[in-house]
Amino acid sequence: MERAQVESRILSLIEPFNKKGIEISDETSFAGDLEFDSLTVMDFVAAIEDEFDIIISMNQQAEIEKFSQLVDAVCKLQNR
Amino acid sequence: MLFASCRTAEILMSEGISQSDQPVAREGLQGDLFSKFDPLIKQRTDLLSSGQEDPFSLVMEKVLSPTQAICNGRETILLGTYNYMGMTFDPDVIAAGKQALNDYGSGTTGSRVLNGTYQGHKQCEEALKDFYGMDHAMVFSTGYQANLGIISTIAGKGDYVVLDIDSHASIWDGCALGNAEIVPFKHNDIDAMEKRLRRIPEGAGKLVVLEGVYSMLGDIAPLKEMIAVAKKYGAMVLVDEAHSMGFIGENGRGVAEAQGVMDDVDFIIGTFSKSVGTVGGFCVSNHPKFEIMRLVCRPYVFTASLPPSVVATAATSIRKLMHNADKRAHLWENSQRLHKGLTDLGFKLGTDAPQSAIVAVLMPDLEKGAAMWEALLTEGLYVNLARPPATPANMTLLRCSLCAEHSEEQVGTILGMFERAGKAIGII
Ligand SMILES: Cc1ncc(COP(=O)(O)O)c(C=O)c1O
Repeated sequence: MERAQVESRILSLIEPFNKKGIEISDETSFAGDLEFDSLTVMDFVAAIEDEFDIIISMNQQAEIEKFSQLVDAVCKLQNR
Repeated sequence: MLFASCRTAEILMSEGISQSDQPVAREGLQGDLFSKFDPLIKQRTDLLSSGQEDPFSLVMEKVLSPTQAICNGRETILLGTYNYMGMTFDPDVIAAGKQALNDYGSGTTGSRVLNGTYQGHKQCEEALKDFYGMDHAMVFSTGYQANLGIISTIAGKGDYVVLDIDSHASIWDGCALGNAEIVPFKHNDIDAMEKRLRRIPEGAGKLVVLEGVYSMLGDIAPLKEMIAVAKKYGAMVLVDEAHSMGFIGENGRGVAEAQGVMDDVDFIIGTFSKSVGTVGGFCVSNHPKFEIMRLVCRPYVFTASLPPSVVATAATSIRKLMHNADKRAHLWENSQRLHKGLTDLGFKLGTDAPQSAIVAVLMPDLEKGAAMWEALLTEGLYVNLARPPATPANMTLLRCSLCAEHSEEQVGTILGMFERAGKAIGII
């Protein structure tokens, strides 16, 4: 899948979790800007994993702070 | 680590410590490593300044029996201990401890692998092997260390640990100490677990970690179904039976026994700090190479072994727990009576039916929960307050854990206390 396509799919998956309707950019941070708490993170990660049929282990999650990093990680995991 | 806010830190909340997920504004002394705790300090100060008694600083001045103590000078019924089988004052258990104290002294002053293995430690491991009908038993200094040691040692780099998101802090910390890939799934969700197992790369080692009873809500795991899925994907299975030992299953071996899947469990972790009534932890297994753990498991090697009196009380208690069908039946009756009584009074509970010796009462919020906790204490009843975000779905809970030594009459008294306190606080 192309990066642009991954990006747009992730954007639509973020929507239900983006309660305040924050505009998403590459620099948007999940904890800071989107105020994801641990329960939200679990549900959101599960949604991403199901959409792309991948696993994002907690070790990998620890490296992801911003939107662009998530897109990078999903692209990489998909091509394995 | 901003994205992944693992629940480890939050689980600690149940023990009264917490960390906020939010970045902390640093004020005051520059470079003060304690400034990260400021939000929690503020939360506590605010709560206590309203005159609320601190739910996490209670002192038991005197302990009268497994079910009664003196707190704040008041005789108090204990409904928030893990003394499920009431073994702490068992005369045989106490006699064994005194004898060992006389014969072997107050402590071993050494590691299990050096000078810290006494006859009593071996006898305690024999008692565990007999209790579980398993080939190997390894005694640790606490249950926390048993999880820490076994999980971090058997799951290495490149292996995967697949675990329930509501796992106990000691399981999370075992994951954090090791080098495996950590993959949590939604609580008790068989499909979510299967999806994750299916996606693990071919050839990687897999360990599935489950608990028999989850101590926040007192609910049990569908171990039969989950273990079947784990085995289908070639995973090894570890089950923490801390809250079921001595009580659940025909021989008190736990939820895996009750569901008929003992043979498919590779490792059972347990503790002496609950039904056994002392302190210590263990792992039992039929794995043919299990004994090598004694040399490679750091939380086993690099700490002193349990005092002789402790292993003597544990061994005696474990052997007595094998023959306790009557006490088990009475504990079930207590659990059912309390669950039904609280439901009839109009309280919302964590489970629709009693599944263990833990009955969790749902509170509307932390303020009401703390007020209810204090009102019950004033009535002469001690329960555990558990608060978000330690608890699943941000619930505030009053956790009641029953003891086989609670009398029918005491359960009646407890229900009366709940009724008065609940009406005074405006929850029912
Ligand atoms: C599920 C579970 N595992 C392990 C432990 C740790 O036991 P211990 O008190 O022996 O360290 C506990 C107790 O808090 C527990 O609830």
